[in-house]
Amino acid sequence: MIHSRRNGITAIVLWLIFLLACAGIISRTHFTTDLSAFLPRSPTPEQQLLMDQLRDGLASRLILVGIEGADAPTRARLSKQIAQRLRADPTFASVNNGEPVNAERDRAYLFDHRYLLSPAVTPERFSEAGLHAALGDSIDLLASPAGLLVKSILPRDPTGEMVLLLDQLNSGSQPSLIEGAWASRDGTRALMLMQTRASGSDTDAQQHAMAVIQQAFNQAAGATAAAQLVMTGPGVFSVTSRDTIKRQVTRLSILSLALIATLLLLVYRSFSALGLGLLPVVSGALAGIAAVSLGFGEVHGITLGFGTALIGEAVDYSIYLFVQSEQNPADRQNWLKRHWPTIRLGVLTSIAGFASLLLSGFPGLAQLGLYAIAGLVAAATVTRFVLPSLLPANFRIHDVSAIGLILSCAVQRAAVLRWPAAIVLLAACAIVVANRDSLWNDKIASLSPVSQADVELDTRLRADMGAPDVRYLVVASGADRESVLRTSEQVSARLQSLVEQGELAGFESPSRYLPSAAMQRTRQNSLPDRPELETRLAQAVQGLPVRAQLFTPFLDDAAAARSQPVLQAADLQQTSMAMAVDALLIQQKQQWRALLPLTAPAGVDINADHLRTALGGMPNVLFVDMKAESDRLYSGYLNEAIGLSLGGLAAIIGLLLVVFRSPLRVLRIITPLAAAVITVTAGLSLLGQQMIILHLVGLLLVVAVGSNYALFFDRPDPHTPILPRTLASMLFASLTTVAGFGLLAFSNVSILQAMGVTVAPGVILALMYSAIFARQSDACPSNV
Amino acid sequence: MTRSAYFRLAALALLTLFLSPTVQAAPLSIAQLMTNLAKAPQGAAAFTEKKFISILEQPVESSGELLFIAPARLEKRTLKPRPETMVLDGDTLTLERGRRKHVLQLKDYPEVAGMIESIRATLAGDRKALERVYHLALDGDTERWALLLTPLDAKVGKVIARIQMSGSRDVVRSVEILQADGDSSLMTIEKRAP
Repeated sequence: MIHSRRNGITAIVLWLIFLLACAGIISRTHFTTDLSAFLPRSPTPEQQLLMDQLRDGLASRLILVGIEGADAPTRARLSKQIAQRLRADPTFASVNNGEPVNAERDRAYLFDHRYLLSPAVTPERFSEAGLHAALGDSIDLLASPAGLLVKSILPRDPTGEMVLLLDQLNSGSQPSLIEGAWASRDGTRALMLMQTRASGSDTDAQQHAMAVIQQAFNQAAGATAAAQLVMTGPGVFSVTSRDTIKRQVTRLSILSLALIATLLLLVYRSFSALGLGLLPVVSGALAGIAAVSLGFGEVHGITLGFGTALIGEAVDYSIYLFVQSEQNPADRQNWLKRHWPTIRLGVLTSIAGFASLLLSGFPGLAQLGLYAIAGLVAAATVTRFVLPSLLPANFRIHDVSAIGLILSCAVQRAAVLRWPAAIVLLAACAIVVANRDSLWNDKIASLSPVSQADVELDTRLRADMGAPDVRYLVVASGADRESVLRTSEQVSARLQSLVEQGELAGFESPSRYLPSAAMQRTRQNSLPDRPELETRLAQAVQGLPVRAQLFTPFLDDAAAARSQPVLQAADLQQTSMAMAVDALLIQQKQQWRALLPLTAPAGVDINADHLRTALGGMPNVLFVDMKAESDRLYSGYLNEAIGLSLGGLAAIIGLLLVVFRSPLRVLRIITPLAAAVITVTAGLSLLGQQMIILHLVGLLLVVAVGSNYALFFDRPDPHTPILPRTLASMLFASLTTVAGFGLLAFSNVSILQAMGVTVAPGVILALMYSAIFARQSDACPSNV
Repeated sequence: MTRSAYFRLAALALLTLFLSPTVQAAPLSIAQLMTNLAKAPQGAAAFTEKKFISILEQPVESSGELLFIAPARLEKRTLKPRPETMVLDGDTLTLERGRRKHVLQLKDYPEVAGMIESIRATLAGDRKALERVYHLALDGDTERWALLLTPLDAKVGKVIARIQMSGSRDVVRSVEILQADGDSSLMTIEKRAP
């Protein structure tokens, strides 16, 4: 006895040290909520690009702002006031609302370097015939209303390079101006487009940017109560999802703790029992978070949400101890002998199931696996080795044998339900088989914690703005800026022919604003020297209503352009093109990348095969359909997770076979679990809910939790009745689990909801199927 | 030249849009001319426009179709030398040339708005609106009249020196615009059979 007492003290001390260590690790843990948990650990080049773009690509840094309510002049005034203030704020790389802030500098950059920038500058263009044709076009333009644009610059730019550059620059559809600021098509909303300096994955920085915008709006002189500010964009999404997940996880933890505590109080009628019973839960939760933090360097918000639900599972062990052993220390020693092996086996089956998740290439899933294993092992260990020593000598809980007896009789009669249960199961199988193609949702969007309303706002603002969704990209990689610019020029040439064939509506390229030095020199060399150009021009004006003398300024400019220093990135500073080049030309360590976003023709997707054919054979060039790529990524995970879950199931069966050495017995244990899984799957399918990866985790949990019940019901000798106390403990255990997970079912974060709707009914079904299919003992027992 | 100046001037060219059906006789006052013009609900016509630009040896010519639908829609469809469309509907001005399309709001360009509203006011017979921007002078009789518009507004005056519309009865036959820089244009209008 003294010996066991010393052991108990050792256990308590070790436990306290363990808790302290966990708390220490957790205090230094970084928590995330972004999509990173759903990105692969070892990506392909396309996936790497997808991840980079999601993290800090051009699109990830955009915030779209709408101003609604009030009247159009007020909205435009607000837009201008906000823009003026934010343009001075270093948080933003650019703030656009349609005001021509850079117009003069843009114009000067384009006009002064038109012979280096214009793709039309070729030797043919400056031949006699080429000049004649270009002049003819310019004179035609004079006849049009637009002609007034070219009238004043015709003597300097008779070939119309400036008009061409302006057309190219304005090729993207832009929102219309109302009162001098961008507005939606229906005119009910002022629009702004901001680009943050920080990357979209820097959620804190994005939150700061949102706060700055909101503050600028609140403090704008024109602000009225009627006007409202709305924001959207990838950064905004990560901020709001972080808030949502944080809020939900907090609320769910408090609610489920309260619910489970109430339930336990009703059963135990003792506060000390309640407090002691929660110790394994707390230990498990701390161990889970600490393990994930150590294993992954960070903890995802979803893992925490999952953790709250696991409270309901971890509390089971103390319920078994308290209820099954009931009243005195001798009985508890007896419990350790009689029931602990069963519980230990239950924990082992859970570990076997979750261990498979550790192998997942999807860090989010692996985190859940690690959390579950660490949490359950810690909770069970604390229940077994620490809790008994902590119980006071006079520890008692309310006598629940009455409930146990009622349950006992109910279980006796459960066999009556075998046939109905078999029919339900058969129907469930039929439903699952019939709907096997639509069971799974393989769209990555199904994982998004962003609410439907936010997605709709985003779609609306994007449509208003004509903002690129950056779904299709061509990427050129190389060792330096010059080489990727050269490659983008080659790609641009091929893309341009696709535009002319109607395969593409348009595309962007950094080389449009900053051509490679080689290209600039080629263009310079296309210009003849001054005497030669003068001679050709004299011939070219023949038959046109202009005199060659008019174009002396052109001869001057062309001569100057021949020896002009080639454009460098620095020359773009302070123009609106600088932002485009920054976004499209990326240096990463030793690697340079040029991005060429493509615009699909209205209402059509881009034909990826045609595009790849057109780009065929170009080294270092990659075409990426971001949406297809991310969906493919996710469905890959889904298949992997299904495989791993089946592996987990196999591991559980293997474990049971090793322990029991009886296939028949293992079959009896597995059958109710499989039945519960199939029934839940059929139910989800009937309700039209397509399963995502988290449903699968839920099903795995059903097996893990349910295995405890099945093991309790499993007896080698059918004549030994199940103790009423055991039955009562199972009922309470399943109720707490249902309470923990049931709450998740009401979450509006789809991934948490998925686990809730799977586990809560699954656990009840597992208990019922276990009771129904258990081998029957002879009679209703009279007493323990 | 900035983009807004381009649109301002492009819109200016809209000044040359015109038509008016139905006919009445007798001596003419501005009030009567306005009344006559106001009766025209809509009409289509062919136009020829000559622009006299100082840097060119010869005037450049364009031609196409005009359409006015009362009270607020004007369309100018140029067919030669290049297809081009300009549509003013309400406060929205749309320009299309080749694959390029620009949409802008008149009220963002007050100088242009002043001029175009004046033209529309003429077509609608809205003398009040017209006199907010221009000084009006009418010469001739019902069969052969000439309406001279001189800008009152300084912003408009920077671009336009004067506009002279001439016509017969309630039909506008020509619109001559003299720009402040000395260039000018003359648009002649042939009403088509309805």
